[in-house]
Amino acid sequence: MITIEQLTKTFGKLKALDQVTTQLPKSTCLALIGPNGSGKTTLAKSILGMVHPDSGQILFKGQNIIGQDHYKAQIGYMPQIGRYPENMTIGQILDMIKDIRGQKNLDEDLSKAFALHKILNKTMRSLSGGTTQKVSAALAFLFNPEVLILDEPTAGLDPIAQSILKEKILLEKNKGKLIVITSHILSELDDLVSGVLYMQDGKLLFNTSIDALRRQTGHHRLSSAIAQIMQSNPSSQTT
Amino acid sequence: MKKIIKYIIADILRSKIVIGYALLLLIISLTVFNLQASPSKGLLSLISIVLITLPLITLMYATIYMYNSAEFMELLVSQPVKRKTIWISFCIGISCALCLAFLVGVGLPVLLYSSNIIGLLLVITGLSQTLIFIGIALLAAVYSRDKARGIGIGILIWLYFSLIFDGFVLFLLFQFQDYPVDKFALVLSGLNPIDLSRILLLLKMDASALMGYTGAVFRETLDGPVGITLGSLVLAAWILIPVWLSLRKFGKKDL
Repeated sequence: MITIEQLTKTFGKLKALDQVTTQLPKSTCLALIGPNGSGKTTLAKSILGMVHPDSGQILFKGQNIIGQDHYKAQIGYMPQIGRYPENMTIGQILDMIKDIRGQKNLDEDLSKAFALHKILNKTMRSLSGGTTQKVSAALAFLFNPEVLILDEPTAGLDPIAQSILKEKILLEKNKGKLIVITSHILSELDDLVSGVLYMQDGKLLFNTSIDALRRQTGHHRLSSAIAQIMQSNPSSQTT
Repeated sequence: MKKIIKYIIADILRSKIVIGYALLLLIISLTVFNLQASPSKGLLSLISIVLITLPLITLMYATIYMYNSAEFMELLVSQPVKRKTIWISFCIGISCALCLAFLVGVGLPVLLYSSNIIGLLLVITGLSQTLIFIGIALLAAVYSRDKARGIGIGILIWLYFSLIFDGFVLFLLFQFQDYPVDKFALVLSGLNPIDLSRILLLLKMDASALMGYTGAVFRETLDGPVGITLGSLVLAAWILIPVWLSLRKFGKKDL
């Protein structure tokens, strides 16, 4: 569904993305993991057109997305820290995005499950971090997108909300969607993901299925498998 | 684009700062007109407000608003909306809100106390100052990622246009007073929208005594229809060029 070719991006001297080439097929749930500052968010933002790569290209269903914007109608993005116009209420934010997208066929499962309709009149300023995350999640899933990019989706959510979100992710994956999750909490990814993209210093070290990873390392749990890879890769220990 | 503009204006009005700004201008205007014996003197006092205070407040407000809307913009960029549309919508949204505040705060009292051609000119000048400094604020906000630095750049630009520039021109003109520098000074005044507006306004008001040295030089040159047209064109360029530059930069910016 998404093909990334030779994607490179530098911020000053820092190489945030270094010749990243990979494929993200549909009907998969991929974990994008790596140490802090390894380029995960930059990669996600490049796919969303928020960061302009220096070279290389990103193909969305075979179309180069650089400078395009229509394809974003098929992407749902949940940012790491979702911040919204402070004076607007939850209801206004939801209505605004619906209005701007002008899309029918809405998927309001998450806003129902999170009971957002009970707090529609609260302003964004007064919300706790977790509730803001709920709004972000509801927005990401609202338009039934074919691709979901979730940046640290469960950070700040309470356990009940986490399990609601996880169930929703699994449901959407089974519908044939592509879901990319970046996270540091490896344990929560175990039963969700079917593949792992591991980044370090802007380079994509591997993109394998989770079964292959388990076979290769001999560990069943994702966290121990990744830990073993990080240990055999000394430069990552310092970061 | 209309939808986004609508939401931006709603967002600005909700914060009530612009309403406070309109009230402040209204109180100042009413005070000025009631304290002065004749409305034309009131207009003169208003000129200094329009040319000194208004650019500063516009610049500050627009810069801070752009920084505070960074997340809003990020949210919009991740939606299927063109970046150009987003930026222009922000520009139009802020412009509408501030121009409306100015019309209420200054336009209304002028209409009540001094509804003549000079009053109209003052209102038009105020609107063009608002638009020019919004453009400059957008430019400062898009070029600097750091909020404090962006606001600092804004204050420096305001200081430069309202104080430093005049001193600089005065220095140059005294240094070269033995040469025919009128044409040169004309070009120089075009480089400062505040100066240019002040000249255009005062030329219409028989108040050349209040003109700065820069103003006195072109009493003859800029008076008359050609001068007014030329001045308006330069002011239009001052509105459009910063907006265009900021638009280009925003199109390539990493968020």
